[in-house]
Amino acid sequence: MKEQPARSAPLLFTLLAVPPLAWLLLLFAAPLAVIWGYSFGENRTLIDIAITGSWANYARALKPLYLAILLKSLLFAGITTAICFIVGLPVALSIAFAGPRARLALLVAIMLPFWTNLLIRTYALMAILRTEGQINSLAGALWGTVAVPLGAGPFEPLPLINNNFAVLVGLVYVHLPFMVLPLYAALDRLDRSLIEASLDLGAGHLATLWRVVVPLALPGIVSGIIITFIPALGAYLAPDLLGGTNSQMIANIIERQFRSANDWPFGAALSFLLMYLTFIALAVQALAQRRSAAREAQG
Amino acid sequence: MGTPSGPLDYLARWPLRLWLAGVGLFLYAPLLILIVFSFNDSRRTTAWRGFTTRWYASLFEDGELLAAFGNSLVIALVSTLIALAVGTATALLLWRFRFAGKAALEAVLGLPIVVPEIALGVAFLVFFTAVVPWPAELPWPLNLGAIILAHATFSFSFVALVVRARLASFDMALIEAARDLGAGEWLILRDIILPHLVPGLVAGALLAFTLSLDDFVITFFTSGPDTITFPVKVYAMVRFSVTPAVNAASTLLILLTALLTALALWLQGADLGKEAA
Repeated sequence: MKEQPARSAPLLFTLLAVPPLAWLLLLFAAPLAVIWGYSFGENRTLIDIAITGSWANYARALKPLYLAILLKSLLFAGITTAICFIVGLPVALSIAFAGPRARLALLVAIMLPFWTNLLIRTYALMAILRTEGQINSLAGALWGTVAVPLGAGPFEPLPLINNNFAVLVGLVYVHLPFMVLPLYAALDRLDRSLIEASLDLGAGHLATLWRVVVPLALPGIVSGIIITFIPALGAYLAPDLLGGTNSQMIANIIERQFRSANDWPFGAALSFLLMYLTFIALAVQALAQRRSAAREAQG
Repeated sequence: MGTPSGPLDYLARWPLRLWLAGVGLFLYAPLLILIVFSFNDSRRTTAWRGFTTRWYASLFEDGELLAAFGNSLVIALVSTLIALAVGTATALLLWRFRFAGKAALEAVLGLPIVVPEIALGVAFLVFFTAVVPWPAELPWPLNLGAIILAHATFSFSFVALVVRARLASFDMALIEAARDLGAGEWLILRDIILPHLVPGLVAGALLAFTLSLDDFVITFFTSGPDTITFPVKVYAMVRFSVTPAVNAASTLLILLTALLTALALWLQGADLGKEAA
């Protein structure tokens, strides 16, 4: 049976079409549209917002103070994505070329932390990174047994939390599975004989990886990069709980406008800037996929 | 397994094994330490002072935490039922019919999954305070309505995806046969299509339930003082300090999510096994 025109069963069609359309319109499009409207508005009183069509909120968002935070968020998301790629590629390779049992075990092992609550994973990092945390107590014990007898001073706890380093650790920790799974899916589809041919013809493993595997798996790699980049860019919890005052990202600034600063129009503008960046990333992905599909059609 | 049996047997090479072990340590050590220290008999959680379950006992005396947990369960249950109904309708609609704007609907359907959580969170905050204020003084559990609607919004897209994947494996000959034998649309839907969908519905429901139970960011913006959920309550505790009680609460939530996930995997595995046989 092919898909049927709507008029072949109008009652069934209406019954199936109304709930999703109404839901998307009333509870997804409408709230976002209100925010979009507010982003062109200004506060008259604390709760009375007039939509004046002014671009002032966007202009303010692009002033150096906020532009710096926006750029910092992009930088953090970029670094996170790069680290996830470098860490994740060997993992994805191992999974893709493992036997069926080992493959299942490794996939579950990667997915399991992914299903654990985001807040709890961030908290777990917070607990071990803090000044009294396990890493510092371990380092302190080592210092006490090795360095102090050699005449070193008392142990200074490592600054592992409330800084940019902690935010990056948190972002990588949370987003690594986002990278590994699409990479694995792409590598799994590769024609293995091409890799074997490259190895047979004398290319080393690294040369094969760089010149054969990566170009062939490029669409999957682009997917992995975008899928990791988008949530990392909008991350709220990692900078909130692990970062210091200087490592806040755009999501934290948005939250502040809505919950403590009570500047909804400005928060709305920031929120839509984040949305536009997300859409640009998605468009890049769609473009890359279309291009690779076109290349495949030609070849 | 020590020596590589072929050039592509990467798993047998020691640099990759070392790499995997390192990644495993990175992913699991923080969670394992969290769980272990939920049993630590000391308020300062750095050093091990002996085994205790008193932090778990303290959770069950914390009325606010229990209420938050109850809220989370009700929200997850109701939002899952809604997401299941709307998501299944969406999947059936896209599978069955050809209509103007179908491609647009498919594109929009993916949006609740990719829109940044913070953007959706603040949109719901504004919507439920300024546009359609959700009355605060409603009796429990009606006061949870705004959160339930918000959760159903992001989870029904996921349900639609899962159910649609299940529909792809449907044998169209069954419908032809039923129609030849005189069955109408409703009978076909109820007696042939829905029974086939059951594994997809269960998997979608478990996914929606887990997503709702886990959500922090969107709930954070939609919840008020009387509608705290478990993750929002844990967040308040975390902001305050790192304590063994938070570890215990986290461990319980990890356990619950792991059970739900294992159930979903097992059901899908059983489903795949049946298909292969």
